[in-house]
Amino acid sequence: GGALETWEVEGLQTVGILLVVCSSLKLMHFLGLIDLSSPDSIEDDFELSTVCHRPESMDKLQEQTKFTKKELQVLYRGFKNECPSGVVNEENFKTIYSQFFPQGDSSMYAHFLFEAFDTDKNGSVSFEDFVFGLSIILRGTINDRLNWAFNLYDLNKDGCITKEEMLDIMKSIYDMMGKCTYPNMQDEAPREHVENFFQKMDRNKDGVVTIEEFIESCQKDENIMQSMQLFDNVI
Amino acid sequence: MAGVAAWLPFARAAAIGWMPVANLPMPVAPNQKNKRQDELIILNVSGRRFQTWRNTLDRYPDTLLGSSEKEFFYNEETHEYFFDRDSEMFRSVLNFYRTGKLHYPRSECISAYDEELAFFGIIPEIIGDCCYEEYKDRKRENAERLQDDLEDNKDKKPPNMTCRETMWRAFENPHTSTMALVFYYVTGFFIAISVITNVVETVPCGTSTHQKEVPCGERYTVAFFCMDTACVMIFTVEYLMRLFAAPSRYRFMRSVMSIIDVVAILPYYIGLVMTDNEDVSGAFVTLRVFRVFRIFKFSRHSQGLRILGYTLKSCASELGFLLFSLTMAIIIFATVMFYAEKGSSSSKFTSIPASFWYTIVTMTTLGYGDMVPKTIAGKIFGSICSLSGVLVIALPVPVIVSNFSRIYHQNQRADKRRAQKMQKARLARIRISKTGSSSGFLHSKRNGLFNDPLELTGSIEDEQQLSKSTSLLESQHHHLLHCLEKTTNHEFVNEQCYQQSYLEAGQNYQSQSPSLSSQEGMTGTCCTRRSKKRHSPLPNSSVPSGALMHPLVHPHTHQHALQELSTIHIQPHTTSRSSLNMRLEEQHPLNCQSGGKVTTAIISIPTPPAANSPEGDAQPPAVPAHHQNIVKVSAL
Repeated sequence: GGALETWEVEGLQTVGILLVVCSSLKLMHFLGLIDLSSPDSIEDDFELSTVCHRPESMDKLQEQTKFTKKELQVLYRGFKNECPSGVVNEENFKTIYSQFFPQGDSSMYAHFLFEAFDTDKNGSVSFEDFVFGLSIILRGTINDRLNWAFNLYDLNKDGCITKEEMLDIMKSIYDMMGKCTYPNMQDEAPREHVENFFQKMDRNKDGVVTIEEFIESCQKDENIMQSMQLFDNVI
Repeated sequence: MAGVAAWLPFARAAAIGWMPVANLPMPVAPNQKNKRQDELIILNVSGRRFQTWRNTLDRYPDTLLGSSEKEFFYNEETHEYFFDRDSEMFRSVLNFYRTGKLHYPRSECISAYDEELAFFGIIPEIIGDCCYEEYKDRKRENAERLQDDLEDNKDKKPPNMTCRETMWRAFENPHTSTMALVFYYVTGFFIAISVITNVVETVPCGTSTHQKEVPCGERYTVAFFCMDTACVMIFTVEYLMRLFAAPSRYRFMRSVMSIIDVVAILPYYIGLVMTDNEDVSGAFVTLRVFRVFRIFKFSRHSQGLRILGYTLKSCASELGFLLFSLTMAIIIFATVMFYAEKGSSSSKFTSIPASFWYTIVTMTTLGYGDMVPKTIAGKIFGSICSLSGVLVIALPVPVIVSNFSRIYHQNQRADKRRAQKMQKARLARIRISKTGSSSGFLHSKRNGLFNDPLELTGSIEDEQQLSKSTSLLESQHHHLLHCLEKTTNHEFVNEQCYQQSYLEAGQNYQSQSPSLSSQEGMTGTCCTRRSKKRHSPLPNSSVPSGALMHPLVHPHTHQHALQELSTIHIQPHTTSRSSLNMRLEEQHPLNCQSGGKVTTAIISIPTPPAANSPEGDAQPPAVPAHHQNIVKVSAL
């Protein structure tokens, strides 16, 4: 009865006093009279993320790639329009690529592409990386192109494609299709496709596809050879 | 998508990852036969040259610049596309193609910008998020302003309104007629009387025989009852009249004002019906409270009140927020105070709802002092309560105030525009500038520019001189108006002439004279041809120059002509008789010089100077036909 009530009252009193003290401390910190922030927190309002990168001169690029001056101009203008800072980071890359595939989810495939383009592994694709990659795909020999494709598939860059890597790639390609397809997308479709691929490519049936097996099998396949020629006229 | 159109080659190149895993052959790539190197195109906008790649413009093929529509603007000689538009606003249009985002430049007028967008085929909905709010706000303001203007123009009384419509108009706009104004003031007066009566009714009025103070209402029952009856009578009549005059009775009955009207007069009638029943007299007393609603009837008389009501309605969400936060705070603080004060003896905080009263009084900083905390905890929380009360109430108030201010200023603007003086002067100025073009036409006619006879009779030099003074555009326009005159057999006059002739027509209506016209003046301000045509009620002008077509009367009443009512001078305006025209023409300078040819014939047909009346009479077969078309005798 009475004891409980006095406890209640005193408890409330304490709470009240604590509240007053804390709020006055906060108020003083807010007004700048005292500094309550921990020493570790550095107030950096602006991240200096505006890195500006300039590509090498056009002559050098012309030597190193197989593009003409005009083509390099067109490519650079398009590149700079989307990435004024001169480099593309992965987020930007994914955004740009997803605009071409509005129905599906192209983020995974874009990630693999980014890995393939970013040859120096610094987390961003500069214009040189961009142009070198395009040069191989659009102006390289069939072998070069196949090499590049192999590089794309080989996620950990250890020289051979395992079933898991291929499955990831396949899933990312099927994801780009999205949900609304005909016939309906089965969950097993990527796996089946990977089995097909390995049956075709894996000569010695050791569960991985090496670069030689890959190139050999592709050269034997008419369809693949023909499709490689599509890239001659892209630019 | 257009912004990344330049990355399409990259996307196609990235497809290399699909090729080795594909099981089916790939489709054929589209043919690039017509691929041409990207070229710069020049867009000349009012002299300012913009250049861009053709591909940039092709990104949006459903706009003017992206489609083949721009070929209409191609200038062969300078190999550029010329647009006669504003170059400042073109900048944002072009930036849209470059960046894919359309921005609204804040310094531009909203309607001008809309026009530019419409011209270039760009829908305004794609304005970027950064500018879209501003654009929408300005557009809304503009629309409101236009709405106000439209409503102002409606003040002009349209002809042929039924009695009902006139009444409704009188009720809605008291300043349209004196009767309406009288009605307005009378009802206002009676509302005031009614409210004052209700108030005075409760004032204690000295002692009655019971040695007790009684309110005036009970002392002078009859007087107050008569007053009340009179007021209610007026209000009922007013309500019924409004109901009769309303264009949509159902909608009128649902409107707020009519509900207030009904609520104001209902208690009286209910009281009349139920005076004898003792059981419901209590309820009857409560009903009298509703008489106070009569004061809301003043909102028809006061614009400020209406604005206040409208503001509260439009700030409903802020008010709701205020109410909600207050309720939350009240409950929290009441609970805390109750538990804080529970311990102290003889505490007034007997329950949480009892603490509500304390919290409300404290938060609104009233502080009646009927309930005060006694414990320390109670005092601490009480002070926190009052501080937070100030904050919570102060937050939504500026929003409401700014809303009120905006609506109030809008109304002020509307009132200013409605002020008769400004409107009339401005309209008069606009009218003068508009009739400038039509007066040009009439001026040329006076100089007799189009008359074939002039070519025959006038000298070549005169003609050349005259034709130099008008540009090609003007002369073509005048020719057009002249063709219209010939088609309809009427002629253009200016307003002054017309008004005078109209007055004349009114004067001479009773005279029943076969026809009459008046003479043109001697001075150079001769109006045009002068026969009296069929008088039709003012036809609306549809001629683009804004000139009004009037039945032709020669206005300049020459002093001689009017006096001689018996003498009539008619010079018919024929459509195809050039010979007659010639004669007319010859007559024309003659008349001007002589200043009023008076002949004895009732109807005189202009004759060549050599021939006299006989020849004129010989002409009747031909001319009266024209007369019938042109001159309707005495049909004024």
